[in-house]
Amino acid sequence: MSAEKNMRRAILDDLKRALGPDDGVRRQAVADRLSAKARHLTPKRGQLEGTARIDWFQSEAERVNATVQRVNSIDAVPQAIADYLAAQNMPASIRMTPDPRLKTPAWNKTALSISEGPATGDDTAGVSHAFAGVAETGTLVFTSGPDSPNTVNYLPPAHIAVIRAADIEGCYEDAWAKLRSMRAGTEASGGFMPRTVNWITGPSRTADIELTLFLGIHGPKNLHIIVIEDD
Amino acid sequence: MESQTRQFKSNARAAMADMQLAEALGRLGHGFPLRRLEAIDRLAEDEFEKLRDTARDIKNHTLAHLDLYLEEYEARVTEAGGHVHWCRTAEDARTKILEICRAANAKTVTKSKSMIGEEIAINDYLEANGVAPIETDLGEYIIQLRKEPPSHIIAPAVHLNKNQVEDTFREAHQNLDPARNLDDPKSLLEEARNELREKFLNADVGLTGANFLIAETGTNVLVTNEGNADLTYSLPRVHIVIASIEKIIPTLEDTTNVLRVLARSGTGQDITVYTSFCTGPKRVPDLDGPDEYHVVLLDNGRADLVGTEFQEMLRCIRCGSCLNHCPVYGAIGGHAYGWVYSGPMGAVLIPGLIGIHEAGDLPNASTLCGKCETVCPMRIPLPRMLRAWREKLFERKANSTTARAGLAIWAWFAKRPRLYRAVTAPAVTALAIIGRRRGRFRWLPLAGGWTGPRDLPAPQGDSFIAQYHRGPLGAAIRNGKS
Repeated sequence: MSAEKNMRRAILDDLKRALGPDDGVRRQAVADRLSAKARHLTPKRGQLEGTARIDWFQSEAERVNATVQRVNSIDAVPQAIADYLAAQNMPASIRMTPDPRLKTPAWNKTALSISEGPATGDDTAGVSHAFAGVAETGTLVFTSGPDSPNTVNYLPPAHIAVIRAADIEGCYEDAWAKLRSMRAGTEASGGFMPRTVNWITGPSRTADIELTLFLGIHGPKNLHIIVIEDD
Repeated sequence: MESQTRQFKSNARAAMADMQLAEALGRLGHGFPLRRLEAIDRLAEDEFEKLRDTARDIKNHTLAHLDLYLEEYEARVTEAGGHVHWCRTAEDARTKILEICRAANAKTVTKSKSMIGEEIAINDYLEANGVAPIETDLGEYIIQLRKEPPSHIIAPAVHLNKNQVEDTFREAHQNLDPARNLDDPKSLLEEARNELREKFLNADVGLTGANFLIAETGTNVLVTNEGNADLTYSLPRVHIVIASIEKIIPTLEDTTNVLRVLARSGTGQDITVYTSFCTGPKRVPDLDGPDEYHVVLLDNGRADLVGTEFQEMLRCIRCGSCLNHCPVYGAIGGHAYGWVYSGPMGAVLIPGLIGIHEAGDLPNASTLCGKCETVCPMRIPLPRMLRAWREKLFERKANSTTARAGLAIWAWFAKRPRLYRAVTAPAVTALAIIGRRRGRFRWLPLAGGWTGPRDLPAPQGDSFIAQYHRGPLGAAIRNGKS
């Protein structure tokens, strides 16, 4: 431990020698920046309102090979998932996060077999609820937590993401702002960051063999996004 | 890994004779630059250039306050229940990682691609000490099986074709049915996916790099397209992050700006498929995630670059754009550089990390065409730094006596413009006459180094200065009108 402390001291001393004295001015600059959390340029492409923003989100997600389906109520979600799996010729079986937002609809009206909890290697499709969407690039934002184990987003070969249209923001910065305000003080440390925040933009892909693009290497081969437009 | 930078010249010669490599590099040089331009076009006018300016400013500010941001970052990681381990050298980092693996009783370690992992040669070390490392990025997995270093920072197996990958899998995967057809790259992908699935689920430790370390929140950022990093840090009991000190960035908003230029510059994507922000271990009520979260924070020569003319190199975010656009990298590939980094960023960074006496040939392997600086998302003045290394080589008298004598003679003439023109003009005229028929020279005395691998175009008979003086501007100068 003391060897580690010595290395810490040596690295910091080297940097301080090169960067100038710790005279309070530099410290203030750091404190100011960390508290300002200033936004920089946000590209125009995501700065849309209402349906235009949802349309842009959809077209960007589709451009990176996600599929998008719009429904008008959370109650339509179970059937939409059952239909999607049938169309893909996949088993009518899902691994779902124990998310209260996913508990409202009547799942028993479909023939879906549902298991809750973190994903296992045997699951064929994962269902989770996104924290936010980002129109700029058709990106989904997930947060991990007791109701949202993040393995469901990565391990099963198909990922079905549910998102409310009202949660689709224009740019990443708006999603950060939402996270800061909704999760302020929720962490034992006093911070707001959950264990993971995951941005997902399309299904898994690789171009590592001859720079040819293929979908579905380690993460899901299919990403299906169900957007609920209920307001 | 141990550097082979001293063998640069012979490596480069061998690489240029390799037709299969030339084909692979041709694919690279056409694909990525085009996709980068398309991605820039999907932004509004000037947005990309403004994002680059801001990205440069963010990193300059961070580097000027690096000690303080590191302290902030460490405090936030600790608050979130993680541990930061400061390591001075590669050896220190290797020892620390093994110590954490041993404490976790680890038999296997899944890894998502990390250039710092390559830099400290962690795989060989773990293996020698009874812990099996498993690379999970497809390209990195392939080269691990082949016991090769990566040849590109974001496309580590870019030097291979699919037949070589097939041969590698057939040799390494013992359960693979010899009769199975793997002609289609898609089937190679399936084979790798299935082979690695069990490894993800059974690993004791997940070792990842970090694209950024966020001081505001104590977060490490991981950027992938495959999703391998997410399975690497989510499934095992222990997550180790290995990252160098210059990965620090102040806030989430700063990170977001730099992310907007990272993928666009590297692969030409607007954003990579997976961008993940990890902060500390599993919370008490969480259903998944690691019980322990460690950050091995490595210096390995970087603190020594702070405050020098090479400090700006520490802005590099490892996007690979300078490699994709470099005519020298495009001709010889990454392995010839002899260490884990390559291309223009490698030619500047490697001497900084392992010493110019080891890597003196690298800064000379550049035409100084300037394309690397033009495409660098962080606006790193790579050509200026390549020249700075060349000056250091000259000061140290590290280049050959012939080269030094040649430069001295040239410098003597160049400082005497009238004499220089008087001597060169007849030479240019003579070369123009001799080379008139073919328009180029296949061989010239004293210029074998140039004409060996390529022809020298014949001059058209006149120097620029001579033509300038004959033209209207020259006439104006002669008439004293300036």
